[in-house]
Amino acid sequence: MRKTLLPPELESAREEIEGYAREYGLDFFPILYEVLDYRTLYETAALGGFPIRYPHWRFGMEFDQLIKGHVWMGSTIYEMVINTNPSYAYLLEGNETVTQKMVMAHVTAHVDFFKNNMWFAHTNRKMLDEMANHASRIQRIIERYGYEVVEDFIDTCLSLENLIDYHAPYIKRAEAQTKQPLVGEEEIPLVQGLKVDHEYMQSYINPPEFLHQQKRKIDEDRLKQKSFPESPQKDILLFLLNYAPLERWQHTILEIVRNEAYYFAPQGMTKILNEGFASYWHSTIMTQRALKASEIISFADLHSGVVATSGGRLNPYKLGIELLRDIEDRWNKGKFGKDYAECDDIQAKRLWDKQLGLGRQKIFEIRRLYNDVTFIDEFLTPEFIAEQKLFTFEYNRDTDLYEIASREFEEIKQKLLFRLTNFGQPFIYIEDANYNNRGELFLRHRHEGVDLQWNYARDTMHNLHKLWTRPINLETMIDERKRVITFDGIEFSERRLD
Amino acid sequence: MQRVERDLNRFRQIVRGRIKKNLRKYMSHGEMIGRQGKRYVSIPLPQIDLPQFRYGTKQSGGVGQGDGELGDSLGQDSDQAGQGEAGSEPGAHALEVDISLEELAQILGEELQLPNIKPKGRKNIVTEKDRYSGIRRTGPDSLRHFKRTYREALRRQIISGDYNPDDPIIVPRRDDMRYRSWKEVLRPESNAVIIYMMDVSGSMGTEQKELVRMTAFWIETWLRFQYREIDIRYIVHDAEAKEVDQDTFYHIREGGGTKISSAYKLCKRLIEERYPATEWNIYPFHFSDGDNWGGGDTRECVDLLRKDILPKVNLFCYGQVRSLYGSGRFAHDLEDYLSNEELLVISEISDRDDIYDAIKEFLGKGK
Repeated sequence: MRKTLLPPELESAREEIEGYAREYGLDFFPILYEVLDYRTLYETAALGGFPIRYPHWRFGMEFDQLIKGHVWMGSTIYEMVINTNPSYAYLLEGNETVTQKMVMAHVTAHVDFFKNNMWFAHTNRKMLDEMANHASRIQRIIERYGYEVVEDFIDTCLSLENLIDYHAPYIKRAEAQTKQPLVGEEEIPLVQGLKVDHEYMQSYINPPEFLHQQKRKIDEDRLKQKSFPESPQKDILLFLLNYAPLERWQHTILEIVRNEAYYFAPQGMTKILNEGFASYWHSTIMTQRALKASEIISFADLHSGVVATSGGRLNPYKLGIELLRDIEDRWNKGKFGKDYAECDDIQAKRLWDKQLGLGRQKIFEIRRLYNDVTFIDEFLTPEFIAEQKLFTFEYNRDTDLYEIASREFEEIKQKLLFRLTNFGQPFIYIEDANYNNRGELFLRHRHEGVDLQWNYARDTMHNLHKLWTRPINLETMIDERKRVITFDGIEFSERRLD
Repeated sequence: MQRVERDLNRFRQIVRGRIKKNLRKYMSHGEMIGRQGKRYVSIPLPQIDLPQFRYGTKQSGGVGQGDGELGDSLGQDSDQAGQGEAGSEPGAHALEVDISLEELAQILGEELQLPNIKPKGRKNIVTEKDRYSGIRRTGPDSLRHFKRTYREALRRQIISGDYNPDDPIIVPRRDDMRYRSWKEVLRPESNAVIIYMMDVSGSMGTEQKELVRMTAFWIETWLRFQYREIDIRYIVHDAEAKEVDQDTFYHIREGGGTKISSAYKLCKRLIEERYPATEWNIYPFHFSDGDNWGGGDTRECVDLLRKDILPKVNLFCYGQVRSLYGSGRFAHDLEDYLSNEELLVISEISDRDDIYDAIKEFLGKGK
């Protein structure tokens, strides 16, 4: 990576900001800033913040869209930072010093979050090298097998990129990686019942129902063992890596795509919390310490831009910072726990203040242990929702418009959690890899009230078939009816299950 | 910069391929015409993004923030309205790609296998143009090349030892002076004019005009790509013909009968007065539903075409669009009387799907 030293005034701004951050108790990796012109900044943004990625058209598309957004809509990227140690962060050339200071404060908090949040604990902090490594490996494969073949295969893998188990790094799942023979030689265990000393006791100790029950259990166990995988698998990419008939180079590429997907996953899991945390800190550091009187207007303008909501849109920066501030206030005043929850007096609740001063401590605790789902689940309150004017919206078929549907706490919370859980993506498991005893793949979509988008699902099944090479079956619901969709490599067919 | 440039080029290439593949569809949808800028058209490209298992947006709804009563609408685009995925997932909407008209013409040419047009015998017509590309030692002060003059003076002073770095004063002398000079460049001229004629009698409805408009868009895209300068003239006719501007051409609605010869007469006059055949590549396009007044009018049209128009033009295209009242006989009549005329192209456009073929017939001759 090209090393540009910060110009002196920015270097001193960096020292100043990082000094304040440390005083507040932030704990971060060293940060290497680089000042880029807007084109290079957008280019880097298109590559996901990394200077070197493997060649793929979607980076070009991303770049095209970013530049257009910049030129036509005036949208600007202020801040970009990547989760590595040391962390790399980029500043836009020509921004006012106050802007750069605010960005630095924001970035410093992000890096603290990367370093301390448990969901990032398993990420590769040398990802810069890893990405470059991926790039050169794929480049070598391209040289050997040709650009279009490899591109087509990357497209296929990327289409399955979200079929991973976001919690896998934190849980030891049984048999995710065990390789088992599909059909094993085995002795069928006999039903013996409990040991009986005297023959005449047999019918008392092992009555026929008991023996029958035992036999059924053994049969079930055997059936279970025969089914492969033994339990449903969510990390479909891993399953394909282990069992799909891939060539070596294909295996390499699929592994790279999976690896990068897992690297980016925690950032998706903590978007609201991470952005909220960074905005909380840039606001705190700037307003309490770093701002000069002459910079206040510029800062206010910038900050309000960051947390603006328009057209009913939910802004993760806004939701995050407001919820954190709400929590800080509640923990400062002791507005939590049994006493507070059971208090019926609205006036007393409003004026509740036990002067605990635990707010800041709570915020640091949250940044260590929570992700978006647990953050929203635990701390969203009806008062907060009313104050922030949150609502749910639904699509109205008659008018072809989205309409405000509810302002009820439970509904909003549920919908918000639904959109955050598993990144708001459908849960799909591999249930059987030897379906019909013909090596077909059987997937189940755990339907939670929302259908899959069909044109996309079909193309995705197409891509799955490319890797698995045997028919793909998907159980799901379409318009409230249970269906199994099968793609045999040539055409789709549909079977009713109800 | 290379890195993303490579991916960007590949992306553009894919877009191009996608447009090519769907060209017939684009040609039968009017959608890109409305999005035309001066040099670019914007084309909506659904599904260039990678397919994944995901929820249909319509059914799922989401969470938003702001004022509003229950039932208030948020607009049609869920990305615009609400939450998307707490703002994390980009690119979930249809992509719009800008493509230059020139590139679109190239795609059109490749896909329809259109031959490049050979401008007819225009080699002797050239325009002179002055280009200031040379330097000489004499000339008017207004053309003095200051930098060159200064450099000459500096060089002379250094050679002669007059130059003192501590007191760098450069004084140009007469023979240091340098002036810009011009060369005359001869460029072959190939200008073209499109003369659109359209029947605007009562039987031509909105859909028929839309067909004409879409066909015209593709004709222009191609001819603009082939010629540097293009004039476009518009003639409408019912029983009488008159010249109008573009807007009027597509929106005017007249009643009454149809006398096609009136338009051909005006076309002939226009060519004679304004566009001498020796200097211009002339492309008349005539659209009608094929109903003409009985009697001698069709006869007269044939005569006009044979004697006055066809000898002067590169190509004469007649497109017969099907109207509510069916298609008339005019196309048949032209074929009967003028079947041996090489420069006459007749195409029947019954609906939007025929535009593709009509364009191919019109422009496939390479004239």
